[in-house]
Amino acid sequence: MAEMIARGEEPEILFWVGCAGSYDERAQKTTRDICKILHHVGIKYAVLGTEESCTGDPAKRAGNEFLFQMQAMTNIEVLNGYNIKKIVTGCPHCFNTIKNEYPGLGGTYEVIHHTQLIQDLINEGKLKAEGGESFKGKKITYHDPCYLGRGNGIYEAPRKALEVLDAQLVEMKRCKSNGLCCGAGGAQMFKEPEKGNKDINIERIEEALETSPNIIAAGCPFCMTMLSDGVKMKDQNQNVQVLDIAEITARANGL
Amino acid sequence: MISQILFIALTIAAIAFFSFNLKKVIRNIKLGRPADRSDQPSKRLATMLKVAFGQTKMAVRPIPAALHFVVYVGFVIINIEVLEIMIDGIFGTHRIFGGLGSVYNFLIGGFEFLALGVWIACVIFLIRRNILKLKRFIARELTGWPKSDANYILFTEILLMTAFLLMNAADAKLQALGAHYYISAGSFPVSHFLQNLLPANDANLIAIERGCWWFHIIGILAFLNYLPYSKHFHILFAFPNTYFSNLEPKGEFTNMQSVTNEVKVMLDPSFAPPEAEAGRFGAKDVNDLTWVNLMNAYTCTECGRCTSVCPANITGKLLSPRKIMMDTRDRMEEVGKTLDKGGAGFDDGKSLIDDYITREEIWACTSCNACVEACPINIDPLAIITDLRRYAVMEESQAPSSISTMLGNIENNGAPWKYSPADRLNWAKEN
Repeated sequence: MAEMIARGEEPEILFWVGCAGSYDERAQKTTRDICKILHHVGIKYAVLGTEESCTGDPAKRAGNEFLFQMQAMTNIEVLNGYNIKKIVTGCPHCFNTIKNEYPGLGGTYEVIHHTQLIQDLINEGKLKAEGGESFKGKKITYHDPCYLGRGNGIYEAPRKALEVLDAQLVEMKRCKSNGLCCGAGGAQMFKEPEKGNKDINIERIEEALETSPNIIAAGCPFCMTMLSDGVKMKDQNQNVQVLDIAEITARANGL
Repeated sequence: MISQILFIALTIAAIAFFSFNLKKVIRNIKLGRPADRSDQPSKRLATMLKVAFGQTKMAVRPIPAALHFVVYVGFVIINIEVLEIMIDGIFGTHRIFGGLGSVYNFLIGGFEFLALGVWIACVIFLIRRNILKLKRFIARELTGWPKSDANYILFTEILLMTAFLLMNAADAKLQALGAHYYISAGSFPVSHFLQNLLPANDANLIAIERGCWWFHIIGILAFLNYLPYSKHFHILFAFPNTYFSNLEPKGEFTNMQSVTNEVKVMLDPSFAPPEAEAGRFGAKDVNDLTWVNLMNAYTCTECGRCTSVCPANITGKLLSPRKIMMDTRDRMEEVGKTLDKGGAGFDDGKSLIDDYITREEIWACTSCNACVEACPINIDPLAIITDLRRYAVMEESQAPSSISTMLGNIENNGAPWKYSPADRLNWAKEN
């Protein structure tokens, strides 16, 4: 971002990478695929790089409102400093926080999740599913991230990205507004679960496997971790891939 | 004449006692912190009409939705009959609306079908709770009183409907016998089949008819007064509860204004915060919650749809969103009762957290909003869980150690993990 400003340019959109997208090895792949898509369609984008910091989402869900607001106000200062108008994120938690919780603290932007960007690009005819890997006939089931689905009512955008693949889409029993959490939200990602008889991601992966999918599609780096772990625990990693919508889109277009 | 006086006295007493208890409930709700829900009145009205009147969120589970709808419609429409009972009771008349002729026949016939529907629905509800033992009705928070409470309500409704139908059967038989005072009015498509069970002489029939009439109206007045002691308040509170429910996206948590002021001072020492009342951060007890949270608790009818979709509960954790609501209400009732006696109130050495809701419960939540989505009348257990966490973290610095580590990482290096901010762009290098 700083470099772009130094060159006297302005980005059409800021790509908010998020902590998982920056540091988590698996999520980094998704980050790079989102960049490839942006590059492919010729959208001028920027990232904050080292100027980006945690949105404060896990702090807020864990009950530390102080830390959340400190993070939020610091980030807002950076974003407003660059006169950012539009943001795309690869993480439903960052998406929800910046979109819904930043305006009250002085940061109002048009915020979209990367699956919405992909949907828009498909609708505008700028993005297709050609020139890359064929998903024809493959069974794909999509797991709704809570903060994208129930949290913000976005159920169709990620499905739209899958519909263009000519693949076989199968829904899990609990999907859309009734979708089951992967177990990572509310800061659970960063702690051991409470005592119970099962881990939530195992409950979810069992349901996903019931649809006998080739691919489980995700739209959130935390769901990605939970679902991938679940698939490994069930010894299914040879048969079932867990892929982000961005990865699938990038592959389908040979990016 | 004596019966008229008795009737009027009973009715006034019942309404007075109900108002007395309702006032206490409203007082308890007002113990909560303020929350502004006066915005977007037309959207709020639409939400109430859709969710409470239209019961749209019930439809997710079609069987109980259909049964509940019968009871709901039965309850609302049979109350037209109660209007007649009231007038008859006050003026000593009998079937005052009988003069409406065919319209009256249609109404009474309709009431009878509804009464039968309610009767059957309540029997099925009892079977679901006590014989089929559906999972959401046998959870640990329902043992004891809540289980009995639900059964009492269903039994009462069955008895009321039975009395209504028996009353009609006896009345119709008396009409056929040409008994004095029993004018020919009404059609009795359901109770018609009960006539053979009844004796054939006037005196016994009149005793049954009057007995059922009194039972029906006393039962209704008693039921009204049972509401404040039971989980059944939703028949009234569902309406304000949906009207004042959260209209923002479910993912959005409130920004605490008290924290905003402090953070602004920290970032900009010249900032002068507006005078604010000193209070706790987060909720230790029910008076730290907002009145909306507290109204939610009184509105909860313990159906357990929230708990049945809670990922933590499904996987055997202690957390049950229904229990969060029940605990909040129980604590409010406890405090309210001692306040009535001029006693300790909140200073009784107890609090909502620890004495009612344990740490293990609040830390098991994934904030996935499934409970909020599932509630047929827009109750929000997540808001309470969040406020309890806020208290634990901000007032007590008591969080699971891994959570404290995560918070420390955000504070020190701007990420929940221990990575250097300088490495944030490394993903771009490894292609």
